[in-house]
Amino acid sequence: MRFSTAPSPHLAPPNSVSLIMLQVLAALVPGIIALAWQFGPGVLINILIALITAEMAEAGVLRLRQRPVLSALRDYSAVLTAVLLAVSLPPLAPWWLTAFGTSFAIVIAKQLYGGLGYNPFNPAMVGYAVLLISFPRYMTAWLSPIDLTSAVPGFADTLALIFQQGSSQSFDGLAQATPLDTFKTQLGLARNVDEIQSAGIFGALAGQGWQWVNVWYLVGGLWMLHRGVIAWQIPAGFLGGLFLIALLFFMFDPATHPTPLFHLLGGATMLGAFFIATDPVTASITPRGRLIYGSFIGLLVFIIRSWGGYPDGVAFAVLLMNLAAPTLDHYTRPRVYGHSR
Amino acid sequence: MNLEPYRKIAFDGLWKNNQALVALLGLCPLLAVSNSVVNSLGLGLATTVALLFSNSIVSLIRNRVSHEVRLPVFVLVIAANVTVIELLMNAFFHDLHKILGIFIPLIVTNCAIIGRAEAFASRNTVGKSLADGFFTGTGFTLALVALGALREIIGTGTLFAKADLMFGDVAKNWSIEVFHDYGGFLLAILPPGAFIGLGLIIAVKNVLDERAAQAVKVL
Repeated sequence: MRFSTAPSPHLAPPNSVSLIMLQVLAALVPGIIALAWQFGPGVLINILIALITAEMAEAGVLRLRQRPVLSALRDYSAVLTAVLLAVSLPPLAPWWLTAFGTSFAIVIAKQLYGGLGYNPFNPAMVGYAVLLISFPRYMTAWLSPIDLTSAVPGFADTLALIFQQGSSQSFDGLAQATPLDTFKTQLGLARNVDEIQSAGIFGALAGQGWQWVNVWYLVGGLWMLHRGVIAWQIPAGFLGGLFLIALLFFMFDPATHPTPLFHLLGGATMLGAFFIATDPVTASITPRGRLIYGSFIGLLVFIIRSWGGYPDGVAFAVLLMNLAAPTLDHYTRPRVYGHSR
Repeated sequence: MNLEPYRKIAFDGLWKNNQALVALLGLCPLLAVSNSVVNSLGLGLATTVALLFSNSIVSLIRNRVSHEVRLPVFVLVIAANVTVIELLMNAFFHDLHKILGIFIPLIVTNCAIIGRAEAFASRNTVGKSLADGFFTGTGFTLALVALGALREIIGTGTLFAKADLMFGDVAKNWSIEVFHDYGGFLLAILPPGAFIGLGLIIAVKNVLDERAAQAVKVL
Protein backbone atom coordinates (compact mmCIF):
# COMPACT_ATOMS: atom_id res chain seq x y z
CA MET A 1 0.00 0.00 0.00
CA ARG A 2 1.30 3.42 -0.93
CA PHE A 3 0.62 6.59 0.95
CA SER A 4 0.24 9.71 -1.08
CA THR A 5 1.83 11.82 1.64
CA ALA A 6 5.58 12.09 1.85
CA PRO A 7 7.48 11.24 5.05
CA SER A 8 7.54 13.87 7.77
CA PRO A 9 8.01 16.76 8.44
CA HIS A 10 4.61 17.66 7.06
CA LEU A 11 4.95 21.30 6.22
CA ALA A 12 2.60 22.69 3.62
CA PRO A 13 4.39 24.99 1.21
CA PRO A 14 3.46 28.46 2.43
CA ASN A 15 3.03 29.96 -1.00
CA SER A 16 2.47 28.70 -4.51
CA VAL A 17 2.37 30.88 -7.61
CA SER A 18 -1.41 30.80 -7.79
CA LEU A 19 -1.82 31.55 -4.08
CA ILE A 20 0.45 34.59 -4.34
CA MET A 21 -1.35 35.81 -7.43
CA LEU A 22 -4.73 35.36 -5.72
CA GLN A 23 -3.58 37.33 -2.68
CA VAL A 24 -2.31 40.16 -4.88
CA LEU A 25 -5.65 40.15 -6.71
CA ALA A 26 -7.52 40.27 -3.42
CA ALA A 27 -5.37 43.18 -2.29
CA LEU A 28 -6.31 45.06 -5.44
CA VAL A 29 -10.03 44.90 -4.65
CA PRO A 30 -10.27 48.00 -2.39
CA GLY A 31 -8.44 50.09 -4.97
CA ILE A 32 -10.69 48.84 -7.77
CA ILE A 33 -13.80 49.62 -5.71
CA ALA A 34 -12.45 53.13 -5.11
CA LEU A 35 -11.82 53.54 -8.83
CA ALA A 36 -15.33 52.39 -9.69
CA TRP A 37 -16.79 54.69 -7.03
CA GLN A 38 -14.87 57.73 -8.25
CA PHE A 39 -14.86 57.21 -12.01
CA GLY A 40 -17.90 55.07 -12.74
CA PRO A 41 -18.17 51.40 -13.71
CA GLY A 42 -15.85 51.70 -16.72
CA VAL A 43 -12.96 50.11 -14.86
CA LEU A 44 -15.00 46.98 -14.19
CA ILE A 45 -15.86 46.57 -17.86
CA ASN A 46 -12.20 47.14 -18.76
CA ILE A 47 -11.17 44.42 -16.33
CA LEU A 48 -13.66 42.03 -17.89
CA ILE A 49 -12.44 42.76 -21.43
CA ALA A 50 -8.81 42.43 -20.35
CA LEU A 51 -9.47 39.14 -18.54
CA ILE A 52 -11.14 37.53 -21.53
CA THR A 53 -8.42 38.74 -23.91
CA ALA A 54 -5.60 37.68 -21.61
CA GLU A 55 -6.90 34.15 -21.12
CA MET A 56 -7.55 33.75 -24.83
CA ALA A 57 -4.11 35.11 -25.78
CA GLU A 58 -2.36 32.96 -23.16
CA ALA A 59 -4.19 29.81 -24.26
CA GLY A 60 -3.54 30.55 -27.92
CA VAL A 61 0.20 31.10 -27.53
CA LEU A 62 0.60 28.11 -25.23
CA ARG A 63 -1.09 25.91 -27.81
CA LEU A 64 1.22 27.25 -30.51
CA ARG A 65 4.21 26.60 -28.26
CA GLN A 66 2.85 23.11 -27.51
CA ARG A 67 2.89 23.67 -23.76
CA PRO A 68 0.24 22.52 -21.27
CA VAL A 69 -2.52 25.12 -21.39
CA LEU A 70 -4.72 24.46 -18.40
CA SER A 71 -2.07 24.46 -15.69
CA ALA A 72 -0.72 27.79 -16.94
CA LEU A 73 -4.19 29.30 -17.02
CA ARG A 74 -4.78 28.17 -13.45
CA ASP A 75 -1.79 30.00 -11.98
CA TYR A 76 -3.63 33.35 -12.33
CA SER A 77 -0.53 35.17 -13.59
CA ALA A 78 -2.29 36.17 -16.81
CA VAL A 79 -5.29 37.26 -14.75
CA LEU A 80 -3.08 39.50 -12.64
CA THR A 81 -1.42 41.03 -15.70
CA ALA A 82 -4.84 41.71 -17.19
CA VAL A 83 -6.20 43.33 -14.02
CA LEU A 84 -3.08 45.46 -13.47
CA LEU A 85 -3.26 46.75 -17.02
CA ALA A 86 -7.01 47.32 -16.89
CA VAL A 87 -6.88 49.42 -13.72
CA SER A 88 -4.21 51.63 -15.29
CA LEU A 89 -6.36 52.41 -18.34
CA PRO A 90 -8.81 55.30 -18.48
CA PRO A 91 -12.34 54.12 -17.57
CA LEU A 92 -13.72 54.96 -21.00
CA ALA A 93 -10.94 53.38 -23.04
CA PRO A 94 -12.45 51.86 -26.20
CA TRP A 95 -12.70 48.07 -26.04
CA TRP A 96 -10.11 47.46 -28.77
CA LEU A 97 -7.57 49.53 -26.84
CA THR A 98 -7.89 47.29 -23.79
CA ALA A 99 -7.93 44.13 -25.88
CA PHE A 100 -4.90 45.16 -27.93
CA GLY A 101 -2.84 46.24 -24.91
CA THR A 102 -3.60 43.02 -23.06
CA SER A 103 -2.79 40.75 -25.95
CA PHE A 104 0.45 42.65 -26.59
CA ALA A 105 1.35 42.27 -22.93
CA ILE A 106 0.66 38.54 -22.90
CA VAL A 107 1.88 37.52 -26.34
CA ILE A 108 4.93 39.72 -26.89
CA ALA A 109 6.03 40.85 -23.43
CA LYS A 110 5.40 37.54 -21.66
CA GLN A 111 5.11 34.48 -23.89
CA LEU A 112 7.60 35.41 -26.61
CA TYR A 113 10.25 35.79 -23.91
CA GLY A 114 9.46 32.29 -22.62
CA GLY A 115 6.41 32.68 -20.43
CA LEU A 116 6.00 33.18 -16.70
CA GLY A 117 9.33 33.56 -14.97
CA TYR A 118 11.35 34.39 -18.07
CA ASN A 119 10.04 37.81 -19.02
CA PRO A 120 12.56 40.59 -18.33
CA PHE A 121 9.89 43.30 -18.37
CA ASN A 122 6.67 43.64 -16.43
CA PRO A 123 4.08 42.55 -19.04
CA ALA A 124 1.30 44.85 -17.80
CA MET A 125 3.60 47.87 -17.98
CA VAL A 126 4.85 46.93 -21.44
CA GLY A 127 1.22 46.82 -22.55
CA TYR A 128 0.57 50.18 -20.90
CA ALA A 129 3.66 51.81 -22.42
CA VAL A 130 2.78 50.54 -25.89
CA LEU A 131 -0.72 51.95 -25.59
CA LEU A 132 0.49 55.27 -24.18
CA ILE A 133 3.01 55.72 -26.97
CA SER A 134 0.68 54.57 -29.73
CA PHE A 135 -2.64 56.11 -28.71
CA PRO A 136 -1.88 59.12 -26.50
CA ARG A 137 -5.26 60.72 -27.25
CA TYR A 138 -7.21 57.88 -25.65
CA MET A 139 -4.72 57.19 -22.91
CA THR A 140 -4.57 60.65 -21.36
CA ALA A 141 -8.31 61.33 -21.26
CA TRP A 142 -9.68 60.37 -17.87
CA LEU A 143 -13.09 61.12 -16.41
CA SER A 144 -13.74 63.67 -13.71
CA PRO A 145 -13.94 62.00 -10.32
CA ILE A 146 -17.31 61.97 -8.59
CA ASP A 147 -15.99 64.42 -5.97
CA LEU A 148 -15.90 67.05 -8.70
CA THR A 149 -18.86 66.29 -10.89
CA SER A 150 -22.27 64.74 -10.59
CA ALA A 151 -22.14 63.55 -14.16
CA VAL A 152 -20.27 60.28 -13.81
CA PRO A 153 -21.74 58.17 -16.61
CA GLY A 154 -23.92 55.23 -15.63
CA PHE A 155 -23.46 51.62 -16.59
CA ALA A 156 -25.35 51.75 -19.89
CA ASP A 157 -23.61 54.93 -21.00
CA THR A 158 -20.21 53.54 -20.10
CA LEU A 159 -20.88 50.37 -22.04
CA ALA A 160 -22.01 52.37 -25.07
CA LEU A 161 -18.92 54.59 -24.94
CA ILE A 162 -16.52 51.68 -24.55
CA PHE A 163 -18.03 49.82 -27.48
CA GLN A 164 -18.39 53.10 -29.36
CA GLN A 165 -22.09 52.82 -30.00
CA GLY A 166 -24.35 55.84 -29.96
CA SER A 167 -24.61 57.40 -26.52
CA SER A 168 -26.27 60.40 -24.98
CA GLN A 169 -22.85 61.63 -23.89
CA SER A 170 -19.80 62.14 -26.00
CA PHE A 171 -16.36 60.94 -25.08
CA ASP A 172 -14.73 64.35 -25.46
CA GLY A 173 -17.42 66.00 -23.36
CA LEU A 174 -16.70 63.71 -20.42
CA ALA A 175 -12.97 63.34 -20.70
CA GLN A 176 -10.71 65.46 -18.58
CA ALA A 177 -7.02 65.69 -17.88
CA THR A 178 -5.77 64.04 -14.70
CA PRO A 179 -4.43 66.25 -11.89
CA LEU A 180 -0.86 65.29 -12.79
CA ASP A 181 -1.54 66.23 -16.40
CA THR A 182 -3.17 69.52 -15.44
CA PHE A 183 -0.28 70.31 -13.16
CA LYS A 184 2.25 69.79 -15.92
CA THR A 185 0.32 71.84 -18.50
CA GLN A 186 -0.33 74.70 -16.10
CA LEU A 187 3.28 74.83 -14.94
CA GLY A 188 4.19 75.04 -18.60
CA LEU A 189 2.02 78.16 -18.78
CA ALA A 190 4.12 79.71 -16.02
CA ARG A 191 1.44 79.49 -13.34
CA ASN A 192 2.60 78.75 -9.82
CA VAL A 193 1.37 76.03 -7.53
CA ASP A 194 -1.09 78.22 -5.59
CA GLU A 195 -2.85 79.36 -8.75
CA ILE A 196 -3.14 75.80 -10.03
CA GLN A 197 -4.48 74.54 -6.73
CA SER A 198 -7.17 77.20 -6.63
CA ALA A 199 -8.67 75.57 -9.75
CA GLY A 200 -10.36 73.06 -7.46
CA ILE A 201 -9.14 69.79 -8.85
CA PHE A 202 -7.01 69.20 -5.78
CA GLY A 203 -8.50 67.73 -2.63
CA ALA A 204 -7.38 67.64 0.96
CA LEU A 205 -4.43 65.34 0.35
CA ALA A 206 -3.73 65.30 -3.38
CA GLY A 207 -5.71 65.27 -6.61
CA GLN A 208 -9.47 64.99 -6.08
CA GLY A 209 -10.66 61.42 -6.46
CA TRP A 210 -7.12 60.16 -7.04
CA GLN A 211 -6.24 60.57 -3.38
CA TRP A 212 -8.86 58.01 -2.34
CA VAL A 213 -7.89 55.54 -5.02
CA ASN A 214 -4.29 55.77 -3.85
CA VAL A 215 -5.22 55.46 -0.19
CA TRP A 216 -7.14 52.25 -0.88
CA TYR A 217 -4.30 50.83 -2.94
CA LEU A 218 -2.08 51.63 0.03
CA VAL A 219 -4.42 49.69 2.32
CA GLY A 220 -4.30 46.68 -0.01
CA GLY A 221 -0.54 46.96 -0.22
CA LEU A 222 -0.11 47.08 3.54
CA TRP A 223 -2.26 43.95 3.82
CA MET A 224 0.07 42.20 1.35
CA LEU A 225 3.07 43.29 3.43
CA HIS A 226 1.37 41.92 6.52
CA ARG A 227 0.72 38.60 4.78
CA GLY A 228 4.31 38.44 3.58
CA VAL A 229 3.33 38.34 -0.08
CA ILE A 230 5.73 41.11 -1.01
CA ALA A 231 8.99 42.26 0.54
CA TRP A 232 8.99 45.65 2.24
CA GLN A 233 12.14 46.91 0.53
CA ILE A 234 10.66 47.74 -2.86
CA PRO A 235 7.63 49.80 -1.74
CA ALA A 236 9.71 51.41 1.01
CA GLY A 237 12.44 52.31 -1.44
CA PHE A 238 9.97 53.56 -4.05
CA LEU A 239 7.89 55.71 -1.69
CA GLY A 240 10.91 56.84 0.33
CA GLY A 241 12.88 57.80 -2.76
CA LEU A 242 9.94 59.64 -4.28
CA PHE A 243 9.17 61.39 -0.99
CA LEU A 244 12.74 62.53 -0.37
CA ILE A 245 13.38 63.92 -3.83
CA ALA A 246 9.95 65.57 -3.92
CA LEU A 247 10.56 67.07 -0.46
CA LEU A 248 13.94 68.39 -1.54
CA PHE A 249 12.52 70.20 -4.56
CA PHE A 250 9.44 71.34 -2.63
CA MET A 251 11.59 72.96 0.06
CA PHE A 252 13.89 74.44 -2.53
CA ASP A 253 11.16 75.96 -4.68
CA PRO A 254 7.58 75.48 -3.43
CA ALA A 255 6.19 77.78 -6.13
CA THR A 256 6.78 75.36 -8.98
CA HIS A 257 6.82 71.99 -7.22
CA PRO A 258 3.81 70.28 -5.66
CA THR A 259 3.97 68.89 -2.13
CA PRO A 260 5.54 65.47 -1.61
CA LEU A 261 2.11 64.22 -0.56
CA PHE A 262 0.73 65.15 -3.97
CA HIS A 263 3.33 62.88 -5.53
CA LEU A 264 2.75 60.05 -3.06
CA LEU A 265 -1.04 60.05 -3.44
CA GLY A 266 -1.23 61.13 -7.07
CA GLY A 267 -1.27 59.21 -10.31
CA ALA A 268 -0.23 55.59 -10.13
CA THR A 269 2.20 55.91 -7.21
CA MET A 270 0.61 53.45 -4.78
CA LEU A 271 -0.43 51.02 -7.50
CA GLY A 272 3.12 51.10 -8.77
CA ALA A 273 4.83 50.82 -5.40
CA PHE A 274 2.89 47.85 -4.07
CA PHE A 275 1.54 46.01 -7.09
CA ILE A 276 3.69 46.71 -10.12
CA ALA A 277 7.27 47.29 -8.97
CA THR A 278 7.03 44.24 -6.69
CA ASP A 279 6.44 41.75 -9.50
CA PRO A 280 8.69 38.87 -8.37
CA VAL A 281 9.80 37.97 -11.90
CA THR A 282 11.05 41.32 -13.10
CA ALA A 283 12.16 43.01 -9.87
CA SER A 284 15.48 42.69 -8.10
CA ILE A 285 15.58 39.74 -5.67
CA THR A 286 18.30 40.56 -3.14
CA PRO A 287 17.35 42.68 -0.10
CA ARG A 288 19.78 45.50 -0.84
CA GLY A 289 19.09 45.23 -4.55
CA ARG A 290 15.37 45.66 -3.89
CA LEU A 291 15.98 48.78 -1.84
CA ILE A 292 18.10 50.32 -4.60
CA TYR A 293 15.65 49.14 -7.27
CA GLY A 294 12.71 50.70 -5.46
CA SER A 295 14.38 54.01 -4.71
CA PHE A 296 15.58 54.45 -8.26
CA ILE A 297 12.03 53.87 -9.49
CA GLY A 298 10.86 56.58 -7.09
CA LEU A 299 13.58 58.91 -8.34
CA LEU A 300 12.76 58.20 -11.99
CA VAL A 301 9.03 58.72 -11.38
CA PHE A 302 9.75 62.17 -9.99
CA ILE A 303 12.09 63.01 -12.87
CA ILE A 304 9.63 61.86 -15.53
CA ARG A 305 6.71 63.62 -13.86
CA SER A 306 8.64 66.86 -13.49
CA TRP A 307 10.55 67.09 -16.73
CA GLY A 308 9.41 64.24 -18.96
CA GLY A 309 7.04 64.33 -21.89
CA TYR A 310 4.29 62.31 -20.23
CA PRO A 311 2.22 63.26 -17.16
CA ASP A 312 2.96 60.10 -15.18
CA GLY A 313 6.10 58.02 -15.25
CA VAL A 314 5.50 54.89 -13.20
CA ALA A 315 5.33 52.59 -16.21
CA PHE A 316 8.51 53.93 -17.80
CA ALA A 317 10.36 54.04 -14.48
CA VAL A 318 9.47 50.41 -13.72
CA LEU A 319 10.46 49.26 -17.22
CA LEU A 320 13.80 51.09 -17.01
CA MET A 321 14.60 49.56 -13.64
CA ASN A 322 13.51 46.11 -14.89
CA LEU A 323 16.46 46.47 -17.25
CA ALA A 324 18.77 47.22 -14.34
CA ALA A 325 17.49 44.45 -12.04
CA PRO A 326 19.89 41.67 -13.16
CA THR A 327 22.88 43.99 -12.71
CA LEU A 328 21.64 45.04 -9.28
CA ASP A 329 21.25 41.40 -8.28
CA HIS A 330 24.77 40.66 -9.45
CA TYR A 331 26.37 43.39 -7.35
CA THR A 332 24.23 43.02 -4.23
CA ARG A 333 24.47 39.28 -3.65
CA PRO A 334 24.19 38.71 0.09
CA ARG A 335 27.15 37.18 1.89
CA VAL A 336 26.77 33.46 2.38
CA TYR A 337 27.06 32.56 6.08
CA GLY A 338 30.54 31.33 6.84
CA HIS A 339 32.07 32.76 3.71
CA SER A 340 33.86 36.02 3.30
CA ARG A 341 32.70 38.36 0.60
CA MET B 1 31.46 29.68 -68.05
CA ASN B 2 30.90 27.97 -64.76
CA LEU B 3 27.86 29.42 -63.04
CA GLU B 4 28.00 27.32 -59.90
CA PRO B 5 29.99 29.80 -57.72
CA TYR B 6 27.67 32.59 -58.83
CA ARG B 7 24.65 30.58 -57.77
CA LYS B 8 26.21 30.16 -54.35
CA ILE B 9 26.97 33.90 -54.18
CA ALA B 10 23.37 34.69 -55.04
CA PHE B 11 21.94 32.31 -52.47
CA ASP B 12 24.32 33.57 -49.78
CA GLY B 13 23.62 37.22 -50.46
CA LEU B 14 19.88 36.93 -50.77
CA TRP B 15 19.07 34.41 -48.10
CA LYS B 16 21.62 32.27 -46.28
CA ASN B 17 23.95 35.07 -45.25
CA ASN B 18 21.54 37.99 -45.65
CA GLN B 19 23.37 40.98 -44.21
CA ALA B 20 20.31 42.36 -42.43
CA LEU B 21 18.61 39.17 -41.23
CA VAL B 22 21.52 36.85 -40.52
CA ALA B 23 24.69 38.90 -40.16
CA LEU B 24 22.67 41.69 -38.51
CA LEU B 25 24.95 44.28 -40.10
CA GLY B 26 23.93 47.79 -41.08
CA LEU B 27 21.16 47.86 -38.53
CA CYS B 28 21.47 51.58 -37.74
CA PRO B 29 20.13 52.85 -41.09
CA LEU B 30 17.93 49.78 -41.40
CA LEU B 31 16.08 50.51 -38.18
CA ALA B 32 16.08 54.27 -38.60
CA VAL B 33 14.58 54.77 -42.05
CA SER B 34 12.45 51.69 -42.58
CA ASN B 35 9.21 53.43 -41.66
CA SER B 36 7.82 53.32 -45.19
CA VAL B 37 8.38 51.32 -48.35
CA VAL B 38 9.66 54.28 -50.33
CA ASN B 39 12.22 55.31 -47.72
CA SER B 40 13.37 51.70 -47.41
CA LEU B 41 13.68 51.29 -51.16
CA GLY B 42 15.61 54.55 -51.47
CA LEU B 43 18.13 53.64 -48.81
CA GLY B 44 18.33 50.03 -50.01
CA LEU B 45 19.13 51.04 -53.59
CA ALA B 46 21.70 53.61 -52.45
CA THR B 47 23.36 50.93 -50.33
CA THR B 48 23.30 48.47 -53.22
CA VAL B 49 24.96 50.95 -55.57
CA ALA B 50 27.57 51.73 -52.93
CA LEU B 51 28.22 48.01 -52.50
CA LEU B 52 28.60 47.48 -56.26
CA PHE B 53 31.16 50.25 -56.61
CA SER B 54 33.10 49.52 -53.45
CA ASN B 55 33.22 45.77 -54.10
CA SER B 56 34.49 46.18 -57.64
CA ILE B 57 37.08 48.83 -56.78
CA VAL B 58 38.32 46.95 -53.75
CA SER B 59 38.60 43.82 -55.86
CA LEU B 60 40.54 45.70 -58.54
CA ILE B 61 43.12 47.04 -56.11
CA ARG B 62 43.22 43.98 -53.86
CA ASN B 63 46.70 42.90 -55.00
CA ARG B 64 48.25 46.38 -54.68
CA VAL B 65 47.11 47.19 -51.15
CA SER B 66 49.27 45.75 -48.40
CA HIS B 67 47.56 43.84 -45.65
CA GLU B 68 48.42 46.39 -42.95
CA VAL B 69 46.74 49.41 -44.50
CA ARG B 70 43.81 47.67 -46.16
CA LEU B 71 41.09 48.87 -43.79
CA PRO B 72 41.82 52.62 -44.14
CA VAL B 73 42.08 52.15 -47.89
CA PHE B 74 38.72 50.34 -48.02
CA VAL B 75 37.10 53.04 -45.93
CA LEU B 76 38.47 55.73 -48.24
CA VAL B 77 37.14 53.89 -51.29
CA ILE B 78 33.73 53.47 -49.71
CA ALA B 79 33.63 57.08 -48.53
CA ALA B 80 34.45 58.35 -52.00
CA ASN B 81 31.71 56.18 -53.52
CA VAL B 82 29.13 57.23 -51.00
CA THR B 83 29.98 60.89 -51.48
CA VAL B 84 29.34 60.52 -55.21
CA ILE B 85 26.05 58.71 -54.54
CA GLU B 86 24.97 61.32 -52.04
CA LEU B 87 25.64 64.18 -54.45
CA LEU B 88 23.79 62.33 -57.22
CA MET B 89 20.79 61.69 -54.99
CA ASN B 90 20.79 65.29 -53.88
CA ALA B 91 20.65 66.30 -57.54
CA PHE B 92 18.09 63.85 -58.89
CA PHE B 93 16.00 62.73 -55.89
CA HIS B 94 16.18 65.88 -53.84
CA ASP B 95 13.02 65.32 -51.76
CA LEU B 96 13.90 61.73 -50.93
CA HIS B 97 17.41 62.90 -50.08
CA LYS B 98 15.93 65.38 -47.64
CA ILE B 99 13.93 62.64 -45.88
CA LEU B 100 16.77 60.14 -45.68
CA GLY B 101 19.06 62.96 -44.58
CA ILE B 102 22.06 61.91 -42.53
CA PHE B 103 21.56 58.23 -43.30
CA ILE B 104 22.89 58.58 -46.86
CA PRO B 105 26.36 59.81 -45.77
CA LEU B 106 26.19 57.26 -42.97
CA ILE B 107 26.23 54.45 -45.53
CA VAL B 108 30.00 54.89 -45.23
CA THR B 109 29.86 53.40 -41.78
CA ASN B 110 27.47 50.61 -42.79
CA CYS B 111 29.26 47.50 -41.55
CA ALA B 112 27.69 45.42 -44.29
CA ILE B 113 29.74 47.28 -46.92
CA ILE B 114 33.12 47.17 -45.21
CA GLY B 115 32.25 43.61 -44.21
CA ARG B 116 31.79 42.53 -47.82
CA ALA B 117 34.91 44.42 -48.88
CA GLU B 118 37.01 42.69 -46.24
CA ALA B 119 35.41 39.25 -46.36
CA PHE B 120 34.77 38.88 -50.06
CA ALA B 121 35.99 41.54 -52.47
CA SER B 122 39.55 41.62 -51.18
CA ARG B 123 39.88 37.89 -51.90
CA ASN B 124 37.96 37.38 -55.13
CA THR B 125 37.97 38.43 -58.76
CA VAL B 126 36.15 41.51 -59.99
CA GLY B 127 33.33 39.53 -61.59
CA LYS B 128 32.55 37.57 -58.47
CA SER B 129 32.86 40.68 -56.31
CA LEU B 130 30.40 42.53 -58.50
CA ALA B 131 27.96 39.63 -58.27
CA ASP B 132 28.44 39.52 -54.52
CA GLY B 133 27.83 43.27 -54.26
CA PHE B 134 24.69 42.98 -56.34
CA PHE B 135 23.16 40.07 -54.48
CA THR B 136 24.20 41.22 -51.02
CA GLY B 137 22.77 44.65 -51.76
CA THR B 138 19.58 43.17 -53.15
CA GLY B 139 19.20 40.96 -50.10
CA PHE B 140 19.68 43.97 -47.86
CA THR B 141 17.19 45.98 -49.91
CA LEU B 142 14.60 43.20 -49.81
CA ALA B 143 14.85 42.88 -46.03
CA LEU B 144 14.64 46.65 -45.73
CA VAL B 145 11.59 46.84 -47.99
CA ALA B 146 9.88 43.97 -46.15
CA LEU B 147 10.37 45.77 -42.85
CA GLY B 148 9.29 49.06 -44.42
CA ALA B 149 6.12 47.52 -45.83
CA LEU B 150 5.29 45.89 -42.50
CA ARG B 151 5.76 49.12 -40.59
CA GLU B 152 3.94 51.25 -43.15
CA ILE B 153 0.89 48.97 -43.32
CA ILE B 154 0.60 48.62 -39.55
CA GLY B 155 1.61 52.16 -38.74
CA THR B 156 -0.36 54.22 -41.22
CA GLY B 157 -2.48 51.72 -43.14
CA THR B 158 -0.99 52.66 -46.53
CA LEU B 159 1.55 51.20 -48.93
CA PHE B 160 3.84 53.03 -51.37
CA ALA B 161 2.85 56.42 -49.98
CA LYS B 162 4.89 59.29 -51.47
CA ALA B 163 6.21 57.05 -54.24
CA ASP B 164 6.52 60.18 -56.39
CA LEU B 165 9.60 61.15 -54.36
CA MET B 166 11.38 58.36 -56.11
CA PHE B 167 9.63 57.61 -59.37
CA GLY B 168 8.55 61.10 -60.38
CA ASP B 169 5.08 62.42 -61.04
CA VAL B 170 3.89 59.15 -62.64
CA ALA B 171 3.81 57.62 -59.19
CA LYS B 172 1.63 60.30 -57.61
CA ASN B 173 -1.31 57.93 -57.15
CA TRP B 174 0.53 54.68 -56.50
CA SER B 175 -0.31 54.93 -52.84
CA ILE B 176 -2.54 52.05 -51.79
CA GLU B 177 -4.86 52.48 -48.86
CA VAL B 178 -4.77 49.06 -47.23
CA PHE B 179 -7.20 49.87 -44.43
CA HIS B 180 -9.92 52.48 -44.70
CA ASP B 181 -10.39 54.97 -41.87
CA TYR B 182 -7.31 53.69 -40.13
CA GLY B 183 -6.48 55.67 -37.01
CA GLY B 184 -2.79 54.87 -37.26
CA PHE B 185 -0.64 52.90 -34.89
CA LEU B 186 2.22 55.13 -33.82
CA LEU B 187 4.33 52.40 -32.25
CA ALA B 188 5.06 50.79 -35.61
CA ILE B 189 6.32 54.10 -37.02
CA LEU B 190 8.42 54.93 -33.96
CA PRO B 191 11.78 53.20 -33.28
CA PRO B 192 10.34 50.36 -31.12
CA GLY B 193 8.31 49.24 -34.13
CA ALA B 194 11.54 48.79 -36.09
CA PHE B 195 13.08 46.57 -33.43
CA ILE B 196 9.94 44.48 -32.91
CA GLY B 197 9.32 44.22 -36.65
CA LEU B 198 12.90 43.16 -37.42
CA GLY B 199 12.74 40.60 -34.60
CA LEU B 200 9.56 39.12 -36.04
CA ILE B 201 10.98 38.99 -39.59
CA ILE B 202 14.13 37.22 -38.32
CA ALA B 203 11.92 34.77 -36.41
CA VAL B 204 9.92 34.00 -39.56
CA LYS B 205 13.15 33.44 -41.51
CA ASN B 206 14.46 31.06 -38.85
CA VAL B 207 11.20 29.10 -38.85
CA LEU B 208 11.34 28.77 -42.65
CA ASP B 209 14.98 27.60 -42.47
CA GLU B 210 14.14 25.07 -39.79
CA ARG B 211 11.24 23.66 -41.81
CA ALA B 212 13.46 23.41 -44.89
CA ALA B 213 16.15 21.60 -42.90
CA GLN B 214 13.59 19.16 -41.53
CA ALA B 215 12.17 18.53 -44.97
CA VAL B 216 15.67 17.64 -46.19
CA LYS B 217 16.12 15.26 -43.24
CA VAL B 218 12.87 13.48 -43.96
CA LEU B 219 13.89 12.96 -47.57
